[in-house]
Amino acid sequence: MTRSRTPVVAGWFTGEGDGFRLLGTRCSACASVFFPREDAFCRNPGCPGGELCEVPLSRRGRVWSYTDGRYRPPSPYVTDPELPWVPYALIAVELAAERLVVLGQAVPGVSVADLAVGMEVEVVPGVLNEDAETTWTTWHWRPTGVGA
Amino acid sequence: MTGEVAVLGAGMHPWGKWGRSFVEYGAVAARAALADAGVDWRDIDSIVGADTVRGGYPGYVAGATFAKALGWQGARVTSVYAACASGAQAVGAARAQILAGLADVVLVVGADSAPKGFFRPAGGDRADDPDWLRFRILGATNPTYFGLYARRRMAVHGDTPEDFARVKVKNSALGALNPYARYRKRVSAEEVAASAVVADPLRLLDICATSDGGAALVLASIEFARRHGVAEPVRIRAVSTVTPRYPATVLDLPDIATDSAVAVAPPDETFRASIARAAYEEAGVGPEDLSLAEVYDLSTALELQWYEDLGLCGEGEAAKLLRDGVTALGGRIPVNVSGGLASFGEAVPAQAIAQVCELVRQLRGEATDRQVEGARVGISANQGLFGHGSAVIAVR
Repeated sequence: MTRSRTPVVAGWFTGEGDGFRLLGTRCSACASVFFPREDAFCRNPGCPGGELCEVPLSRRGRVWSYTDGRYRPPSPYVTDPELPWVPYALIAVELAAERLVVLGQAVPGVSVADLAVGMEVEVVPGVLNEDAETTWTTWHWRPTGVGA
Repeated sequence: MTGEVAVLGAGMHPWGKWGRSFVEYGAVAARAALADAGVDWRDIDSIVGADTVRGGYPGYVAGATFAKALGWQGARVTSVYAACASGAQAVGAARAQILAGLADVVLVVGADSAPKGFFRPAGGDRADDPDWLRFRILGATNPTYFGLYARRRMAVHGDTPEDFARVKVKNSALGALNPYARYRKRVSAEEVAASAVVADPLRLLDICATSDGGAALVLASIEFARRHGVAEPVRIRAVSTVTPRYPATVLDLPDIATDSAVAVAPPDETFRASIARAAYEEAGVGPEDLSLAEVYDLSTALELQWYEDLGLCGEGEAAKLLRDGVTALGGRIPVNVSGGLASFGEAVPAQAIAQVCELVRQLRGEATDRQVEGARVGISANQGLFGHGSAVIAVR
């Protein structure tokens, strides 16, 4: 049986390969950008409130900071308690055009030893976990090879 | 100036992992505070509870739960929840009632029974809750956020893991002197360096534990205090419970992203700095007037961040302040002479109240071998999840 591929959260990202993008929203009145997406209200206190339109975020940004989780996180993070815990890196990435910082997991195989603040990374599609019917998809950050 | 309220009593249940109900810890702390104040529980006009969300359903109605445990006597009741800032909100609510003339004497109580291991969100499939989402999508525990802040300080300010360890060494030495602290053993820099990495670059001994504990205060109007025979009580002069300003550009728990600064320029100061500034403005004092500070050292690196946010030094200068001994007992501005969260672990709704209890002891000159000489002005500061500011300034 093939599993269906389903985003872990609907509407936060789209596309495949080089076309993969995080999706936010932009206020038509004040141009503020929101990620995670705001669909009901613009949160700029000085904005009368405009229409919120979906907008893809920049594909590349620079590392604001990074860390990792050396111990198994609690649920609702899904892990197999039968398997040994393999730490993964978490990267906070500053997107210059949107002037915001987005947290995400690093692609598998990239550890904190491979990272530096200011290093360029790009967003790529990733798999969060799989169960019997579903492959839950997410976004990952991957170093582009361009240093700080 | 807004007006002051008197602190007549302070009481605590020792921090630990006792495995009992938060109600018991709260009741013990409340009775201790009442005894310290010399006020009969039946004469309390109002009780304010700082809620725990971890003690089961009664935790959500902490004010009434504590009132029932102490014996129903008809007092006005208030229950507040603001995560780590719950205690300051409880103090703020009590103060407002006293200054508004709704109550003369108020009991403030917070207590918690902490779970084992990482804090986790409530159960269920709740994709509308940012706290649930950060665990589901990222597995981002609280220590991973502390790790991000620590790494950022290393990159921007040149802090080192040895600087972070120095915070633990300082705080554990003070906690060893505090009978209410959970950890009473001095810790060496070598022991910090030998402890396991939890969230790079932070190790187990850089990160605060989760604890059981309870803390309580008896607050009163200045007139009530005088009638009660206390001519010069410790007074609370400011309670800062501010929210952030848009756009908030520091990634905060439990968020997955910051606000965007593309349409609106970020404010001149961070949220944490604004918490302290609001307290200073309300109290009419500045960082140069402080005798001591109790700050929320969820991690060692975060204590350093608070030095800068409180204005004890310039940005990036915190590690030097620590290395120079300025924040140690006997230094110009001792920080966390209680031992801090490093020695207590966090009992969420009790912690901000416990910070004020330490200010009270110090300002009364009753802190024995961890006494700050001639303490006149103290500040406590913390930040509650979701954007709850918390700072209290007390004076003598």
